[in-house]
Amino acid sequence: MTPSAAHAAIRFGLGARPGDAPPDDPRAWLESQIAPLPEAAGPTPDEIRAALDARRRDPASNPIRAFNRDEALAWATRLLTTGRPFAERWAEFWSNHLAISRRGAIATAFGGHYHRQGIRPHVFGRFDAMLLAAYREPAMLAYLDQAGAVGPGSPGGRRRNAGLNENLARECLELHSITPAGGYSQADVGALARILTGWSIGRGPEASEPTGFMFRPLAHEPGPKTLLGQEFPEGEAGGVAALALLANHPATHRALAAKLARHFIRDDPPAGSVARIEAALRDSGGDLAAAARAVIAEPLAWEPLTKLRSAQDYVLAVMRGLGLGAAAAPALLAALARLGQPLWLAPAPIGWPDDAAAWAVPEQLMRRVEWANEMASRAAFTPALTESFLGPLAPAETIDAARRAGSAREAVLLLLACPEAHRR
Amino acid sequence: MILQRRSFLLGLAGAVALGRSRMAVAAGPLGERRLVVVLLRGALDGLAAVQPYGDPELAALRGPLALPEPGQEGGVLDLGGHYGLHPALPHLHALYRQDQALLLHAVAGPWRNRSHFIAQDFMEMGATRRLPDGWLNRALAAEPEAAQGARRGLALGLQLPLILRGEVRVGSYAPPGQQVPEPDVLARLAQWHAADPMLGPAFAEGLRSRGFTAAVLAGQEPPPPGMQPFVTLAGAAGRLLAAARGPRVAALELGGWDTHAAQAARLPGPLGALDAGMAALKENLGPAWAETAVLVLTEFGRTARVNGTGGTDHGTAGAAFVIGGAVRGGRVIADWPGLGPGRLFENRDLMPTLDQRRIAKGLLAQHLGLGPAALARAFPESDDAPPLTGLLRAEA
Repeated sequence: MTPSAAHAAIRFGLGARPGDAPPDDPRAWLESQIAPLPEAAGPTPDEIRAALDARRRDPASNPIRAFNRDEALAWATRLLTTGRPFAERWAEFWSNHLAISRRGAIATAFGGHYHRQGIRPHVFGRFDAMLLAAYREPAMLAYLDQAGAVGPGSPGGRRRNAGLNENLARECLELHSITPAGGYSQADVGALARILTGWSIGRGPEASEPTGFMFRPLAHEPGPKTLLGQEFPEGEAGGVAALALLANHPATHRALAAKLARHFIRDDPPAGSVARIEAALRDSGGDLAAAARAVIAEPLAWEPLTKLRSAQDYVLAVMRGLGLGAAAAPALLAALARLGQPLWLAPAPIGWPDDAAAWAVPEQLMRRVEWANEMASRAAFTPALTESFLGPLAPAETIDAARRAGSAREAVLLLLACPEAHRR
Repeated sequence: MILQRRSFLLGLAGAVALGRSRMAVAAGPLGERRLVVVLLRGALDGLAAVQPYGDPELAALRGPLALPEPGQEGGVLDLGGHYGLHPALPHLHALYRQDQALLLHAVAGPWRNRSHFIAQDFMEMGATRRLPDGWLNRALAAEPEAAQGARRGLALGLQLPLILRGEVRVGSYAPPGQQVPEPDVLARLAQWHAADPMLGPAFAEGLRSRGFTAAVLAGQEPPPPGMQPFVTLAGAAGRLLAAARGPRVAALELGGWDTHAAQAARLPGPLGALDAGMAALKENLGPAWAETAVLVLTEFGRTARVNGTGGTDHGTAGAAFVIGGAVRGGRVIADWPGLGPGRLFENRDLMPTLDQRRIAKGLLAQHLGLGPAALARAFPESDDAPPLTGLLRAEA
């Protein structure tokens, strides 16, 4: 494997698997992955609603738990075995950008659907389409409390003691779109919260869209609202237009470019790289495929091992390097929990951190060594492992020490827990 | 060493209770015999563990690695002249003085291969060609009809070592605890991480928080309690083997022996873990200790001469131990080849004079009562290595 092929697998992908044919042209290999991802299977919103109803009737039965387990295992199997690791990393990036957490019955029940249908179909499409789809997913509407919000001037608001909830509006401005660098006021937060009133979750198939979304006019705040100096009309269309404005705002392009550069280049990405990715987003009207091509083309993204792996990155790289597949999916999920990054359970809407300071933590590193030691006790020390795990990016000293180790387990451990193993 | 995280028991009798002592009968019948095999992965330096201080060539060959004679400051523990036990093995020495530890020297398997991986495979396969199973499992398959059902195998740790793999289903047990690697492996990882500005400080702090000080990493002090998985495993093995309907054959492993550099500083750590592990095993076995033999093996010995970095390299013959209440101990068994000119194997290693398989076969025959056909199945093509006799107080 050439250094740039190893780099492509480690920085842009999820780590190579033994037997993966290293690409002759790593950039072309990455670009070839920029295409719609295969649909991930899982229960429909109707089935999820039926399961929620079943649980309400009989708390002892818990079909949601089985759904979630199946979804998580399918995710784990896909990431362990995928031959399009860059595309899957790209999808993970966006799932984390628009993070939800499986907290509360609705967000838990619809969490898998959120990633499958809200994020995944849009990762190489336009960002405005992704933002809109995500905000019409029951999981997001429940997680950030939009589903229960009621306009104070709406028929529903006048009838009962209910009101606005600013959670989704605030996170939209702060995290998902223009960010504080884009400049917004508390008035804008309130305006967006009123614009999005009525965005809710359907009770049954007759009342809602196939995604599970339902606009409730009786909860919608009447009248036009002003967001970032622009007026938006009453009704569902006002929200669609407001989200489009935010998604395509220059400040959003700048924020997304900086976040992508931080993920694919280094924690403090150089301004020039950010500017080039930003230009790709701006010039393409927010096309994320164009952004992906810009990231791959960025020369600084090819400087090796400048990033620290998150726990998820580390676990995936180790297990893929060991050639583990579907049978190891439960072990993968357990490892994520053990290393402090349980699947779809980000502690806050900001998602999992993407900087070295968050992961170069004493307890984190000790748990990685201990987990790697456990994995190493089941693995053979083979040239294929060395080649797939770090390839030419492994220091000669590491390979030499592994070859001379006192047991196969020690040899594998030295490789899996060397400093380079924590980087990407 | 095998390390473990969560408890699990496979294929074991439900009567086995953990965390609660359930003692076996005081003096068990013949079928109560226990055999424990401890694999020292990485090649124990037999000349350091059981030092032939009476050999006139030792000091010149070993230089700084030769410890003072018994009675002197930091000296070896006396074994009755000529041989001394490393001072990091006080429990083993006490057992020797109670005639419960037998030390065997100039021992090697029939392989002449200095690769850890290949030699360990052969040590566990009981052969010098590739076999799909381990000799201890084949021995279980061949055990006398009368004992079947009562006796069964147990692997301590997360994985089944090759020595216990095969047709006979064996149990496996891993107590909850940290998955901490051996201090020498951690020391190397710490050294690599120290050069990394992003990871170095956090890695060092993580080790400190786990109780791995510089002295522990250098092997000069044992890891803190709870960070010695081998001692935990050996204690668990004792509890499980003591149970009336528990397993009767167990295998454990311990790493950290590959002392290519700074051996004087690094060897006390793993020796101390082995010593404490044997003490924990004995304590938890309780009265069943009287029915127990523990066989301690390593894949090969190390070079007779100290190398350029205060360590030793991969060698040939080394030491083995047989410990237990059932053992006729208090002796060193060795056809000592000497260390003088022309006496070293390939002019570098202790010359093998005792085949490792003879010790194992001796225990299988006299301790577990295996007949000739069963012994031949456990160790195929080993006619040139007849069972060593006289290892036990009372033979089966």
